[in-house]
Amino acid sequence: MAVVAVQAYTGEVRDRVENFHGNQLLYIGWEDHLMIASPLAFLFPPTMRFGDVLEKALPNAFGVHPEWEKIDWNQAQWFKSGQAWTPNFNQTLAENGLKHKDVLRFRTPGLTGIKGTCS
Amino acid sequence: MDMKVAAKKLGLKERYAAMTRGLDWETTYQPMDTVYPYDKFEGIKIHDWDKWEDPFRLTMDAYWKYQAEKERKLYAILDAFNQNNGHLGVTDARYINALKLFLTAVTPLEYMAHRGFAHVGRQLRGAGARVACQMQALDELRHAQTQIHSLSNYNKHYNGFHDWRHMHDRIWYLSVPKSFFDDAVTAGPFEYMVAIGFSFEYVLTNLLFVPFISGAAYNGDMGAMAFGFSAQSDEARHMTLGLEMIKFMLEQDPANLPIVQGWIDKWTWRGVRMLTIVGMMMDYMLPKRVMSWKEAWEIYFEESGGALFKDLARYGITIPKCVAQATIEKEHITHQAWTTFYQYGAAAAFNTWIPEKEELDWLSEKYPNTFDKYYRPRLEYLGEQAKQGKRFYSTTLPMLCQCCQIPMFFTEPDDPTKICYRESDHNGEKYHFCSDHCKEIFDHEPEKYVQAWMPVHQIYQGNCFKPDVDPTAEGFDPLAAVLDWYNIQFGRDNLDFEGSEDQKNFDTWRQTAKSNG
Ligand SMILES: [Fe+2]
Ligand SMILES: [Fe+2]
Repeated sequence: MAVVAVQAYTGEVRDRVENFHGNQLLYIGWEDHLMIASPLAFLFPPTMRFGDVLEKALPNAFGVHPEWEKIDWNQAQWFKSGQAWTPNFNQTLAENGLKHKDVLRFRTPGLTGIKGTCS
Repeated sequence: MDMKVAAKKLGLKERYAAMTRGLDWETTYQPMDTVYPYDKFEGIKIHDWDKWEDPFRLTMDAYWKYQAEKERKLYAILDAFNQNNGHLGVTDARYINALKLFLTAVTPLEYMAHRGFAHVGRQLRGAGARVACQMQALDELRHAQTQIHSLSNYNKHYNGFHDWRHMHDRIWYLSVPKSFFDDAVTAGPFEYMVAIGFSFEYVLTNLLFVPFISGAAYNGDMGAMAFGFSAQSDEARHMTLGLEMIKFMLEQDPANLPIVQGWIDKWTWRGVRMLTIVGMMMDYMLPKRVMSWKEAWEIYFEESGGALFKDLARYGITIPKCVAQATIEKEHITHQAWTTFYQYGAAAAFNTWIPEKEELDWLSEKYPNTFDKYYRPRLEYLGEQAKQGKRFYSTTLPMLCQCCQIPMFFTEPDDPTKICYRESDHNGEKYHFCSDHCKEIFDHEPEKYVQAWMPVHQIYQGNCFKPDVDPTAEGFDPLAAVLDWYNIQFGRDNLDFEGSEDQKNFDTWRQTAKSNG
């Protein structure tokens, strides 16, 4: 719907991809591990290999969790905007079809957080 | 001139009428629609402004006299508190962190409320409503001033108070209250009145002031208590004004009902989301606790708010849909918020900590359905880690809700182990939300919220560094550069309370004060 305003106007999209200097936003959350309180926001070039996200970016962000080391990545389930999704680790973000401001979640079956509380 | 009129002494009621509506006139040089250009575009139909019942019946000279007397008392209390080093009498220096949050988050909103009411007090066509709004505009300016004066004394002794106005426009969590009020003041005058005059002042204000004022009193802070009580004595008028505006709109034209209902729904949710921070203050930041957030919600929302909405039912108003979710969330949000602040404690202008054991016990008792099951193990684990020297600070920025701008830590209403993700596509761009209600607000007016100044995205765009900073330089430390831009001094204003300068100073000063006494 249109904004209730004195005259018609369109808002400036403040977070359009052009404003990120060649990079794009990707949000990633780890299901059942809410000690890391919210999904996280990452800034990556679209040419980045998805495997590098996993190997280089995520450990810094989630590695502090005691269950990080226990993850079996072959078992991990991925979701994009809540729908089951399969990444290709050797392809780039763009080749994986990941666009600016996409949101991914990964589930690590068998791991249920601190004392099984999904923390 | 006919002197006979002036000779007659006016009664209070006539005097009030003469000083308010008596000063109003229908313009003829310019059409009224040009003089009052903003009170029709929202679609609210007003047929007869004379039907407005003035809730205050206060003239400016009477207002002035009464408020001056109040301020004199307030400053006498403040002077005494400050001269006697009253700050050393508070329960624990952790309490002072609640004041830092208040000064940076709430006080600037008092000033914005002043601006908002001043604007509405110019733009409404009815003189009665205009005068009432102008009076409230003055109240809000006083609230901002008395808070700044009261809290300035803490700035002499403690960290984090030094640049609250600058911080309000910049720090990531302060964009939550800031964007809340910016949303309200950029709406039309009638929506503003529902947003602030009704939803906030009437429905939610007790949830802000009760914990804050009784919290201050409970924790020995006479200074903050003094400004709290001074402000609270204005609240009765503010609440009456908000309610009068709602009733007036609903009585004027039946077509106003769906518009008003939409605003009540929106602003109740906006308010509830913002009060997450207040609830967190109650449950985690007051060393001596007044009541839990859950209890406050039950008393002030479920009971008082329930009665109010029952009263409004005869106008066709129904209780906002979002209340069902807020009622479920009363057992969760404060714990989720504090865990978030704790892990982003390096980027906050106050200290954070893990509650002590007795405090965790209190939380277990107050939240029997949720605390032990979901939150206590989390906090205990983080506490143990801190004791082992592995205090957890997250260095990756959180994903935020496009509407309330709070990190996406809220969980699904029916499953507290799952983060609640919602999204909308608008003109080929994705937007994310913490809840159905935030998404709904966006979907209703997307062109407004696509403009949101989202702190995390602004940092990533490179807009949160000082102008001379070169982010491409070798060894560039983005967190340090952002803190520098926030004017947060690393190691003094931020990090854990344990080992902080405030903690050490407070203990030393209190020891000295005791041994001298
Ligand atoms: Fe106020
Ligand atoms: Fe939200």
